[in-house]
Amino acid sequence: MTKFKYVGRPVPRVDAMEKVTGSAVFTDDIELPGMLHTKLLRSPHPHARIVETRTDRAEAVEGVVSVVTGRDFPFKLGIYVGDRDVLATEKALWVGQPVAAVVAETEAIAEKAVQLIEVEYENLEAVFDARKAMEEDAPIIHERLGEYRTLPIFSPRPGTNIASVFTLKKGDIEKGFAEADLIVENEFSLPQVSHAYMETMCFIARHGADGNVEIWSSSQPPFIVRYLTSMSLDIPLSKIVVHAPYVGGGFGGKAGLNFEPLTVLLSKASGNRPVKLRLTREEHFTVAAIRPGLHATVKTGVKKDGRIVAEKIVYVFDAGANADYAVNVGRAAGYDAIGPYDIPNVEAESFTVYTNKLYATAFRGFGHMELHWAIERQRDIIAKKLGMDPIEFRAKNVLKPGISETGTGARLREDAANLEECLRRVGDALEWGKKPAKPKEPWKVRGKGLAVLMKGPAIPPNTASSAVVRFNEDASIELMVGTSEMGQGTLTSLTQMVAERLRVPMEKIRVASLRGTASTMYTWQTVGSRGLFMDGRAVLEANKDAESQIKQIASQVLHVSEEDLELAEEKVRVREEPWRSLTLAEVVMGYMYPGGNSIGGPVVGRGSYIATGLSVLDPDTGQGNPAVFETFGCQGAEVEVNVLTGQVEILKAFSAFDIGRAINPLLVEGQVYGGTVMASSIALFEQLIYQEGVLLNPHFLDYKIARMSDAPEDMVSISVENPQEDGPYGARGIGELTMIGMAAALGNAVSNALNIEIKDLPMTPENVWKAVTRQNPKLLERAKRYLKGE
Amino acid sequence: MTQRIELVINDRCRTVEVASNTTLLEMLRDQLKFKSVKPGCWRGDCGLCLVLIDGRPIKSCLVLAQELDDREVVTVEGLLDNGNITRLHQSFIEKGALQCGYCTPAFLLASEALLRRNPHPTRERVCESMNGILCRCTGYKQIVDAILAASE
Repeated sequence: MTKFKYVGRPVPRVDAMEKVTGSAVFTDDIELPGMLHTKLLRSPHPHARIVETRTDRAEAVEGVVSVVTGRDFPFKLGIYVGDRDVLATEKALWVGQPVAAVVAETEAIAEKAVQLIEVEYENLEAVFDARKAMEEDAPIIHERLGEYRTLPIFSPRPGTNIASVFTLKKGDIEKGFAEADLIVENEFSLPQVSHAYMETMCFIARHGADGNVEIWSSSQPPFIVRYLTSMSLDIPLSKIVVHAPYVGGGFGGKAGLNFEPLTVLLSKASGNRPVKLRLTREEHFTVAAIRPGLHATVKTGVKKDGRIVAEKIVYVFDAGANADYAVNVGRAAGYDAIGPYDIPNVEAESFTVYTNKLYATAFRGFGHMELHWAIERQRDIIAKKLGMDPIEFRAKNVLKPGISETGTGARLREDAANLEECLRRVGDALEWGKKPAKPKEPWKVRGKGLAVLMKGPAIPPNTASSAVVRFNEDASIELMVGTSEMGQGTLTSLTQMVAERLRVPMEKIRVASLRGTASTMYTWQTVGSRGLFMDGRAVLEANKDAESQIKQIASQVLHVSEEDLELAEEKVRVREEPWRSLTLAEVVMGYMYPGGNSIGGPVVGRGSYIATGLSVLDPDTGQGNPAVFETFGCQGAEVEVNVLTGQVEILKAFSAFDIGRAINPLLVEGQVYGGTVMASSIALFEQLIYQEGVLLNPHFLDYKIARMSDAPEDMVSISVENPQEDGPYGARGIGELTMIGMAAALGNAVSNALNIEIKDLPMTPENVWKAVTRQNPKLLERAKRYLKGE
Repeated sequence: MTQRIELVINDRCRTVEVASNTTLLEMLRDQLKFKSVKPGCWRGDCGLCLVLIDGRPIKSCLVLAQELDDREVVTVEGLLDNGNITRLHQSFIEKGALQCGYCTPAFLLASEALLRRNPHPTRERVCESMNGILCRCTGYKQIVDAILAASE
């Protein structure tokens, strides 16, 4: 049980009241005086040169304020590689890419006018498969790849469709395979999928005549939006303010830079009036960034006793038409290529490749759900070939605190997360070793499966956070941190940390619901499960600073040394003589003696944190330390599969994560359930289906995501708490982790149930049925006989 | 073609001039500024814009505003009891039934409608009633728990 009053307790979210009463403000809820609306013209071709664009008919429509094309905005956008047009300029690279925009008095007028723009295209050969795009004679999508602004840690290959490649090398791979008793090689794949957050993206921008720019965006990272907008459009940083209202789900899709620069430019082109750009769901599906697909080849060498001695991996990420953010997904999947395993000889190449499809960006898990699908399926296949129990096989090879080395050669800290404990806890919960109960219908079968996983934040080595704890006249507190609120609940956990240390009740601590560069403190981005850890560290520093200022004032008034003072019950008091005290309200604005003489002044605690000990990874081998923490976990499931239809039902879904400390168990559970269902949905239902580059399922009717009755009733979250010394109250991040292992766990369970090997997602009834037909036709025949009553 | 309609929204009589092609979603959000009614797909797939019409949960993007003459509409603001949250709201908060909050108004309204018809629904019945509303954050479990807790 926690020894704390707030930390470790399932207190309600600080934003709950606003959200249940309907008063929480999201970007599209905001209307500005004189605001204009915009509609985008989208390319009907997957790869085409833009020969000529005629806008005069659109301009003539009453109520149209401006019509712009890509050539009006010759800027390149991107967080890691500047490969993205504001609007397509020379070429359109996917079906749906915006090529022109209309700004008008109303959305309806813009919609009408946008259809009057005439674009003459010259069709080019397109490529839709990432591995084909790597072939020598493939059509080149970005001819200017060599000219793009690129962070030096990425290695684009100009003249090809390879946006970047990351190489990981450790030990001697040939020697490793020579030592192996068994070598197993498999290919695995996952399609591109949509974030499918409930709030479609929305942007409002006002480019003032004085050059000042104000942006409202459903954005995860207001500070990076400001920085990248400034850099891409050559506007001084100090002239840009970015507001981030509540974000209606992000999952990585609202990280980095999206359509903010376009909206700013549209406002400038429209007489400096504010412009709103919002996307309908169908537009969103064809315009906005998605999660990359992956094709993986995994070759593993093992000894008879189950020790993995060598692993060679090739990951090919299908980034679609732009890889501005996806190159880092490929990179992160490259350095964590082997997952949470201690393998002496490793060689991995992770390619991020352009195709003429929707472009990929960050997605909860950042390449790790994808890579764990491959390696955790591979582990079960190997265990089966060795005749070993999958838990025993994993336990033999997983990373162990203080002993093991990761794939990048980083020694695991003594206080690292304990993966073996997570593995054991999930195994116990699933009653591993015990056969599942027999299903009611004889044409159904049951199986169990689990997967281990790891991830740390994929961040630049100098990633930083800051926080301010500012007291008000009544000793209430304004907590200022940069983290966006997109549902994850970090603001609540950070508030708990302030209440805990400064002994002020939660309800007297306010975090402004309108986030942004002008109203909060700097943080890099709200991504990578970094917020609680890194902003948390900054908050702890700010707490300490505020406490010390309070004690400094009180020690003069109470005539005791600062060390003898403590904070309690909204007071500062002498520890040994608690009746000698001052209320915080007497102190926090400065103390006034009865005669009027005053000391101190308003208490403002400030705190900063910067990641320490991280390295720029070796460009040839990928060796070094990329993460401030690694969260480890294990996810497991029991499934029931209808052999006749291929339908999968999840009976149990259990997860254990070593998060160091659950600052708020209610929020941790929420993350685990949410991640579990999201991953299940992606594993069982989701894929973006294209025909010659045209997306066939741009609606929730045909792009199915899990509904309430698809969620497993028996979902359990197990918190393992081995604290990390430098984490806030020992905590590690959790947000993304909750979905990384579940797809592979389900794949293992379905494979186990049907005695086949599923290698490709999604496990739709059709795909599962086909796999049974090919790999275990006897099972299907038997099921058919049962149905006939034979 | 505009038409004047009279309706009750959250216990208040309103007279509104609406165009024949204006949906209830557009009327509530754009004309009357009920921003708690959230758009998600504009075509009936996601359920986020759900409101109560004469007590029944209806996706407001699928209804033409002119059909609302003489009807009663409740948005999430109308679930408050003299400005205070009710047991249902409290239950959502305590059980952690909301994350980003974008789908929360729809789930609260649908729950209210369900519990009025069926004060003690089974878990299965809850799922059936809520299947028309999507949520990408919560995994639904805590929403089910909240509705069941409010029905006890």
